[in-house]
Amino acid sequence: MTTTTGAPAAPAVQPAPIIRLSQPDVVLGLDALGRSQVEDFLCLEAELLDAWDLDTWLTLFAPEASYVVPCNDSPDGDPARDLVLVDDNALRLRLRVERLNSRRAHREYPHSRTNHQFSNVVVGVREGDELPVVASFTVWRFRNGKASYYVGKYHYRFVAIDGRLRIRSKRVVLDMTTLRPAGDLAIIL
Amino acid sequence: MTSLSRTSELPRVSTALLDAAPATDSRFPLVDEDTGRHRFRVHRSTMTSPEVFRAELDRVFSHSWLYVGHESEVSRPGDYVRRPVGGRPVFMVRGAKSGRINVFHNTCTHRGAVVCRQPAGNAKAFSCFYHAWTFDSEGRLMGIPDRDAYGGELDLAALSLRPVARVESYRGFVFASFDPEIQDLVSYLAGAVEYLDLVIDSADGEMEIIKGTNEYCIEANWKLLAENSIDGYHAVSTHDTYFKYLLALGTDLAGGVDGTSYDLGNGHAVLEYRAPWGRPIAKWEPLFGEDSREEIARMRADLVSRHGEARGSRMADTNRNLLIYPNLVVNDIMAVTVRTFMPLAPNRMDVTAWELAPRDELAQLRQRRLDSFLTFLGPAGFATPDDLEALESCQQGFSSGGVEWNDISRGMARTPAANDEAQMRAFWRRWSQQMGTAGYGGGAGASR
Ligand code: FES
Ligand SMILES: [Fe+2]
Repeated sequence: MTTTTGAPAAPAVQPAPIIRLSQPDVVLGLDALGRSQVEDFLCLEAELLDAWDLDTWLTLFAPEASYVVPCNDSPDGDPARDLVLVDDNALRLRLRVERLNSRRAHREYPHSRTNHQFSNVVVGVREGDELPVVASFTVWRFRNGKASYYVGKYHYRFVAIDGRLRIRSKRVVLDMTTLRPAGDLAIIL
Repeated sequence: MTSLSRTSELPRVSTALLDAAPATDSRFPLVDEDTGRHRFRVHRSTMTSPEVFRAELDRVFSHSWLYVGHESEVSRPGDYVRRPVGGRPVFMVRGAKSGRINVFHNTCTHRGAVVCRQPAGNAKAFSCFYHAWTFDSEGRLMGIPDRDAYGGELDLAALSLRPVARVESYRGFVFASFDPEIQDLVSYLAGAVEYLDLVIDSADGEMEIIKGTNEYCIEANWKLLAENSIDGYHAVSTHDTYFKYLLALGTDLAGGVDGTSYDLGNGHAVLEYRAPWGRPIAKWEPLFGEDSREEIARMRADLVSRHGEARGSRMADTNRNLLIYPNLVVNDIMAVTVRTFMPLAPNRMDVTAWELAPRDELAQLRQRRLDSFLTFLGPAGFATPDDLEALESCQQGFSSGGVEWNDISRGMARTPAANDEAQMRAFWRRWSQQMGTAGYGGGAGASR
């Protein structure tokens, strides 16, 4: 980032140097993938989101990416029929990242500090070329002296591409009965 | 609409503190209009003062028609939805016998417990869990366990669920008022009727609320959202990333946003304008895909043949941001939102928004409509979070002090354009009128 006199202040949070977690190679194939390897992957994803390295985060998705967040009152919401909060395909996901990277996404400039936490990871049984994984999450968001939280479940569908684990779809179901405790959902969960 | 209904005064309940303050020279109106100088100012205490907030609950929210819900949400007998209206928990239920829509205070006539405890559903009866008094969907008290204990004199009818003082609906939009003396809904809606008709007629009268509710919150005064919902001025500067998003998807941004604003009477106001984005009814653009081009052209032709060239093309091509005073917004833009909001404190509001759409819409158009709603109007989209930031930023700015007035004069010296502020002035004039003596500062402690 260049600093010129009169330019807007740099974001308050300068990310600390990151020690990259290694991405698990799927040498054993999806069937043999253990929970600890899936957890390594989820750790890496959380780290990238918390560091606002969204361009790298995008590379964790398969080309047919889907990222969906249903409305709080309709956890079973179907984006083809119902109103949902987020319904991103690969293109819209990239445009969402471009928006959040710009200085004109006013709600997220400067960026919130976030902490993506997950637990209760359940690795499902492979269905075709997909591996379903469910995990509980809490995402904390801090900005302007205000703290807010998002709590719910991640529903992933993973695929293996060139020996790497990739997200085909990520559906985020919120447990809060409304979005009100958090205000809005400008960040990525 | 008669001129009488526009100017009729609503009954006032006294607001002790402000009314008791002696009328001294230091009292000044919080909404200050000087037409000669083309100056319209609003004192910032309207957004920060606890006294103003308390007076609003009384004078504005207890004496207006407030949106409850849409008839499509309770289409079958016994269908109900529970929600707060004007900050009070109520529920709307379609009576199993009458087929009518009832709106009840959500409290048991016995000793107070909440009677409807699910957000939505279908019920033959509402049984209070506390002592098991049971009411039917028309509100009648049907059962009391161990009734003998009361002797023979118990007046069951007097113990029916209490309906909200007034309930009326306009073409599917259900409103309630806590004021038994309020004018009828259509007179109250005044010029807003024409704009609701445009939305409803464009779908041939058959509209429904889509499943999925946006329930979010903004740490700002509720009137900032009334202003923002009909503010054409902020679009380009605040929503730069949304326009970039449209551009990336192939929308032609040339032509920009162009239109007019209107004062519709009784505090209601509208912006009517052309904009670059497409409209599922009925303005095609590349984002909709080639496969829907023909269908949209057919819908447009249909509107013109049914309503004539002028009204038909207006329905198809132009956008409308409609504010129905005090707290309902029906924006008919790249999708249709029905949005209501209620203050919880001077600096905090709850917002609830639904998506309205034609019933039996073609699947691919419904998909584009859903996309348009969530990317622009939704709280996780490419625009609405930035509105929240703007409103909260204003609220934070107010607390800095030093500056006492907001300037809302834009366009006073010309025929108001869609990016002027005439529509906000319409809102504020009605607010000032309704607040009466509570719409003054100075005197009882406030500084000028
Ligand atoms: S409070 Fe409802 S039955 Fe007693
Ligand atoms: Fe906006």
